[in-house]
Amino acid sequence: MAADPSVVATGMHFIDGNEACAEGAIAAGCRFVAGYPITPSTEVVEHLARRFPRIGGMFIQMEDEIASSICFQGAVWAGVKAMTVTSGPGLSLMMEHVGLAAMTECPAVFVDVQRAGPSTGLPTLPAQQDIMQVRWGSHGDYGVIALAPQSPQECFDHIVTCFNLAERFRCPVFFMMDETVGHMLGKVRIPAAREIEVVEREFTGRPPGEYQPYRIYEGDQPEMVRVGMGHRIHTTGLTHDERGYPAMNAEAQDGLIRRLKSKIQDHVEEICICDEEQIDGSDVTVISYGITGRVAAYTAELARAEGLKVGLLRLVTLWPFHERLIAGLAQRTRAIVVAEMNLGQIFHEVERATRRRVPVHLVGHAGGAIIEPEALLQRIKEVLR
Amino acid sequence: MTAAPVNPVERLLRMERMPHIWCSGCGIGTSVNCFARAIEKAGIDFEHLHVVSGIGCSGRVAGYVDVDSFHTTHGRAIPFATGLALSRPTSKVVVYSGDGDLSAIGGNHLIHAARRNIDMTVICVNNFTYGMTGGQVTPTTPQTARASTTPYGNFEDTFNLPNLMDACGARFVARWTAYHVRQLTRSMTRALKMNGFTFIEVIAPCPTLYSRRNKLGDGVAMMQYYKERSRIANGAPTCDVEIGYQSEIVVGEFVERERPSFTENYERRMRAVLGDAFVPYEGTR
Repeated sequence: MAADPSVVATGMHFIDGNEACAEGAIAAGCRFVAGYPITPSTEVVEHLARRFPRIGGMFIQMEDEIASSICFQGAVWAGVKAMTVTSGPGLSLMMEHVGLAAMTECPAVFVDVQRAGPSTGLPTLPAQQDIMQVRWGSHGDYGVIALAPQSPQECFDHIVTCFNLAERFRCPVFFMMDETVGHMLGKVRIPAAREIEVVEREFTGRPPGEYQPYRIYEGDQPEMVRVGMGHRIHTTGLTHDERGYPAMNAEAQDGLIRRLKSKIQDHVEEICICDEEQIDGSDVTVISYGITGRVAAYTAELARAEGLKVGLLRLVTLWPFHERLIAGLAQRTRAIVVAEMNLGQIFHEVERATRRRVPVHLVGHAGGAIIEPEALLQRIKEVLR
Repeated sequence: MTAAPVNPVERLLRMERMPHIWCSGCGIGTSVNCFARAIEKAGIDFEHLHVVSGIGCSGRVAGYVDVDSFHTTHGRAIPFATGLALSRPTSKVVVYSGDGDLSAIGGNHLIHAARRNIDMTVICVNNFTYGMTGGQVTPTTPQTARASTTPYGNFEDTFNLPNLMDACGARFVARWTAYHVRQLTRSMTRALKMNGFTFIEVIAPCPTLYSRRNKLGDGVAMMQYYKERSRIANGAPTCDVEIGYQSEIVVGEFVERERPSFTENYERRMRAVLGDAFVPYEGTR
């Protein structure tokens, strides 16, 4: 399906990542957003508060992030595409409902414009420190999807990807922006609506009495439903059977939770997006994501000008982690440098996936500024020495 | 031969889930009985009724009613119901939960939903305790009553829920006990037919935990207490309806006021500012 031409802001724009994200959500079909003000994400909802009343959408500013993160899930079960928007401290409050979305298999998009933490940290300065929180932040085992954009253009393009993945996999999907990408002005081309691929929600065609909300009939996911279709559905955060009714035993728990993980893990190749450049035969490959991907690309240019063989791997999809791809790097490059604005999060995943068959180094700091290309270049040279 | 009359309560229940988890003498089931009759009386189509609960004994109501129903997280039924109600304007959304869920962990959401005048009916079963976790103190446990976390008697001041809801601007506020089944059914019916935020407090016995720990007898003894010590005072000022330990319980319909709902306010403002450029949010109408 294509986007709705009556609402897509087709054309060339000079806007920041936050506004691009808001416009992308509109193009993806999002019509309900619940949020709470928090720097550096607020411009996303401010833009939607202006736009939505003109296109039949609604923004509601809730009393806190806990409320926001479940309010939009109520809209999803009404049949609407919806999301919430926040930053680190708000994300911490939302963890309860990340778990609810995972357990009830609610197509739930969370935008996280990252800042430096922990706690209030550096509200106006960037970081990439929520990577492990979105993966593991709610209690229990479950799977999530997370994407990190590197530019305002990607803020538009990949929030659409996030909504499409949410419909396909019915799980929490995180859009991991950061302060720099969110506030960076850049050229954004918003395509014609017909060029934007949008996955519409598919509701079950099975009549009441012949439908169970958590049963897999065809394909690999249960069939979606909304209120008012006559199915009299029940959802619960409790462990449940295929009817959605509580099932308080270890067997039901094991079956359900393994499925919540495998429904994502079994589709890594389908989900994961990344950019590769000159990895094969390189002396060092830089793995990065988000705004740091652009730092890495510029640094690679500097290094190659000096005759160094530097490869690049930019992860757009952070979760699920593309273990096979990362493990394979051991045969393709002689060393890996992971560049990220934290003190080691994806770094440890890379170490684990490569099983130390290739040296893995971290270039990171605790947040507050983007990584300097000079610092990254120097580390590359040290690794090559 | 005439067909056997259909029990209105059974029609509302997911009978395959019976027996329920509630103890004998508990008042939650009584309130659900009244709720089923009220839906019938209000003429609400089951396909256009959605019930949302939080966590706790009363939070299990959503699991037993045979309508689209959502058992959410502790204290968060109201914000879930807010997103649902705004996105489904042709349906009636009811939040059914307990005093701990709605007024302690969910207290912030309760006051803001009333302030916004979101289209929903909140039914708060107040049994003065957290039953599911073993009888701990809640914001409504009367002073001196014992709970597992107030072994020497509760010393905190309590919420007077009708007064709180009145102050927040609720359109309709009523309180009955589990003894007042006809009055409760009538108030539920009225609330279900109204737009905006309506609130009903149901004082209900918890014989297993609250009554036993306080040596107040079984469910029948609590009914006796409600019968003897309740005073009907429709329109009573809500500041006068506080409940003390085994005190008189003032019951009735306390508040009824006209006030534009959240959606009415939203649409009026947007039309005034944007004129024809305004496109109302219809959700999945």
